[in-house]
This record gives sequence, C-alpha cells and structure tokens, in this order.
Amino acid sequence: MQVSQSQINEDAIDLMINMGPQHPSTHGVFRLVIWVDGEKIQKVEPHIGYLHRGSEKICESESYNQIITLFDRLDYVGNLNNELAFSLAVEKLMDLEIPERAQYIRVILCELNRIASHMLFYGVYGLDAGATTPMLYAFRERERIQELFESVTGARLMHNYIRIGGIKEDVEKDFKEKVHKLIDHLKESIDECDDLLSNNEMFLVRTKDIGIITADEAIDLGLSGPSLRASGVLEDIRVTDSYSIYDRFDFGIPIGSKGDCWDRYFVRVQEMRESIKIIEQALADLPEGEIITPIKGMVRPPKGEVFVRTESPRGDLGVFVVSDGSDKPYRVKVRPPSFVNLQALELMLRDTYLADAVLVLGSIDIIMGEVDR
Amino acid sequence: MPENPDSEEVVETTGAEVSDETSEAKKPEPKKPVRKEREVPTVPVNLDEKSTQLSSFLDTNCPENISPSIGAEADIVTITVDKKNLIEACNYLKNDENLQFNYLSLVTVVDYEAISETFELNYHLVSLKFRHKIAVKCNLPINDLSIPTISEIWTTANWFERESHDLFGVIFEGHPNLSPLLLFEEFEGFPGRKSFPFHDYQEW
Repeated sequence: MQVSQSQINEDAIDLMINMGPQHPSTHGVFRLVIWVDGEKIQKVEPHIGYLHRGSEKICESESYNQIITLFDRLDYVGNLNNELAFSLAVEKLMDLEIPERAQYIRVILCELNRIASHMLFYGVYGLDAGATTPMLYAFRERERIQELFESVTGARLMHNYIRIGGIKEDVEKDFKEKVHKLIDHLKESIDECDDLLSNNEMFLVRTKDIGIITADEAIDLGLSGPSLRASGVLEDIRVTDSYSIYDRFDFGIPIGSKGDCWDRYFVRVQEMRESIKIIEQALADLPEGEIITPIKGMVRPPKGEVFVRTESPRGDLGVFVVSDGSDKPYRVKVRPPSFVNLQALELMLRDTYLADAVLVLGSIDIIMGEVDR
Repeated sequence: MPENPDSEEVVETTGAEVSDETSEAKKPEPKKPVRKEREVPTVPVNLDEKSTQLSSFLDTNCPENISPSIGAEADIVTITVDKKNLIEACNYLKNDENLQFNYLSLVTVVDYEAISETFELNYHLVSLKFRHKIAVKCNLPINDLSIPTISEIWTTANWFERESHDLFGVIFEGHPNLSPLLLFEEFEGFPGRKSFPFHDYQEW
C-alpha cells in the first residue's frame, strides 16, 4: 500500500502547506507537510521525533522497578495500561504468580484509565470538529476518574502504581463504594456525551466517509485498537490473546463497518460502555488478600527474552524485553500503537479536502509521547 | 558571626578522623567478603498447545531452501534464518495457507556487538486468523549491516525500519525512504547502540 511516486500527479501540486510542529490540533509536537492541488490533498509527509527522549535506551541503565516510571511517560493519557504492559513482560520472564486481589485492582484501574483516555479523545475530537461544548463535558467526567486515581495511587497522572509482582499499596476501605458511585455516574454521562455529539448533523457531515481505511489496508498497515476495529476487523487482544485476568469477564468488542472517521470515533464511545461492564464484574468479584508477591532483593529476571502484547486505549501495546540475568534489562523495545497507527495517515489523507486533515489526524488519537519515545 | 560555626566544624571533623585512624590501627583488617559468582538461570521454554503445533508444523513443512532453525523463547516460537533467505521466509510465512502471518507487530534490533559481534533483528509476526505468533530472527555481522527490506511484504515495517536505520545504522536494501525519522538530519552516530557514549553525550 505504498504511495508510489507515479500515482501522484506532480504537475497538479501547486502549494505546500506546513502544519505544525506547534499547532493546537496536532495533539503534541507533530509536523505535517501537505501538498495540495486546490483544496485536495495530493501528498503528505509526517515528521516526528520532536519529543524523542531515548526512553528505550534509558531503560538499559535503570533497574526494573525504575523503568515503570519511564513507561508512565510514554502514553501519558493511558499510564496504567503502559505500566501493566511492562510489568506483565517482566513477570512472564520471572514466572511470577500475581495475587488475585492485585490482578483485580489492576484491571479495574486500567479500565477506568481506558475510559479516561477515551473521554479525552471524545472531548478533543469534538473540539477538532469545531464543537466546544463536548470538551467541557468530557473533561468534567475525566476529572472524576482522575480524582479516584489520586486517592488510590497518590497522583493524578504519573501514577507509578503497578509494581513487578503486584501493586504498590492496597486500596482504601471505601474503594468499592467510590468506584460504584463513579461508574453509576459515568454510565449516565457517557449516554449524555453520546447524545450530545454522535448523531449531531454537523458532526456527521464532517466525519462520515472521510479518511476511509479498508480492513485489508488496516491489517497491512498494522493498525491496532479502535482504529483497526473501526474497519471491521474483530481483534481485541484482551480477548484474542488474553492476558492478566481478562478471560474471566464477559464483554463485547464494538466494531465499525466502513473504517471512516465516524466509525473510529463511535467505536471508542461504545468501548467506554464495555469497559464499565468489565469494572462492574471485577468489583463484584474483588477478593481480599495479598497485593504483591514479595521479591527478595533486586528484581533479577533469568536470562532470556519475552514479547508481551496488551491492549492499551490506543491499540496493540507490545513490550519486548531482553534480560541478561542482571538487575538491568539488556534491551527494552516498545511497540507503540500510536507510532504504527500514524503511518496510516498518508493513505487516509490522500484525496481528501484540506479542511478534513485535522479531523482525520484526530481520529487516530495519537499521543506524541508514545510516538517519539 | 559566620566564622565561628565554620571553625567548629573543622575541629569536629579532624577529631573524628583521628579517632578513626587509631581505632583502625588497633583492629585487625576485616576480611573482604568473597563475592560468589551468581549462576544466571535462563527462562524456561513453556509453549502452549497452539505454539507447539506451530513448531511441529514448521519442522515438517518448512521449505528446505529457507533452511531455518526452529527454536523457542519463553512462550513464543522462533525461526532463525539467514539474511539471504529472509524475503523468501517472510513470503512463505505470510502466504502459506496454514500459517497466514498477515500482521507484523514489531521490528527490533538487539545489539550483541560486545558478545558475538552481531546485531540481531527480530520480526514479531501475528496471524489474525489463526491467533498464533512467531518471531523471525536474523543475525547480522557487525561489519556488514545490510539486510533486504520487508516493507513491501508488510507496510508496517516501513517506519520501524527507518527507526532502526536511525538508531542502529542498519541498512535496509530497497527501502523506499531511509531518511531520519526520530533524529534530526545532522545527527552523527547511532544512539541505539551499546557503544554510543550515552551519558557523555552533550548536545549543546
């Protein structure tokens, strides 16, 4: 699915437009060079790397528990899912048994994190389309989730809560009531948000039939998460390659039919409802007991390598860890879902109108901290 | 009166040093603890049913001209091929009816320069149809870091290969565009490698 040079009519290109790196709708420091013919986009060239911090290289000189803080800073909207991915990888290397209670708390918090992340997407996407009100609603709801995170982990954003072998500390006594109250509230507000934007006439006109990606193209480009499911591919790693305790819960996988911007948007809205189902089931089964498997001394996994795939709010978050038996990893490589999804932008934007570029970019839901690492 | 506390501190420290010296002279030298060479265990191979089937299927059915060596790491089947057979092996894995690895998950370079003077390329493949996964491995000698691109087989590889070229200096032959992705144009050196002076590097 390469954009070959022969397909582009060079004579027709009459203007080069530079979008970013400092642009409010690029969701971070991202530069997009667009060549247009009139209003139609002929060719785009994404430039990334403005936020490259060498996270993977830094991992090689940190101990395993310190690396969790680095993973917090990759996808800074879905932090707990990132922490979980790395912990799972190291736990698989060490063949650790995780206490039940820790597993359940991890799942509850990760799913809440997914809702918070999708809420942010919902608000910002509305803003991209020119609707200011949804953003205020979404941030209000997200703030409630952040407050719960603050009471549990001590931080609103950079939680550093999941440890190798379990979690940092037990939740408060009134955790169950708090979460019940929160999800009762969230159920209503997700419906409210849905009513507000999803079938809005103006929004439909802006997002339907724009940036279409077919299922075959999506698989070839390695799209993952909601962007892949919007094209009609039934693939959710929580179900198809289950990790942690996700196989115990009963929940649906929303998919789209066309793979346009609206499908990508609506899959996320529906996913929030599915996440609430998981949280409800997990809360009902939440057992008492230990919260962490104690590890004697430093974390020193045996020699070997492991690759773990998890479903982060943005898609297939993979972590590849090579251990040489010391207390620092030999190599850590992240498969950032945003990085791979962003590759599809070139294909999505071809032959669309310039005014839709922002909406197509927004619909992939990129986080530049994860793209550039 | 800032001078007084300063002088007092000096007296105190010198006093402490003297007492230390005398006490050390009296005591016999403490034995240095002998550090035991820690045995490094390896991760046990623990394949599930699907992966075992895949492994035995590849053992019997893999075409001979690819000449792969099939192994396993933790819970994933690995297949190590020579770089001249890489394209053939990838095409086989993608197009064989019983395998159908249609989804490329990750391309990784691991720097083993200090151990065996090689770079190891890892291609993690997933089949969305049969739900099994595999890692294709390819060793590159440090003095010839070129390898054919697989971006024509899976488009996903495009940016991963550009990134590997950026950070490790691996050259992907036939790649449509190997310009820097994460680093800037004028950057010299390959910061992903173990030999790169990471903590001494100063940009300004």
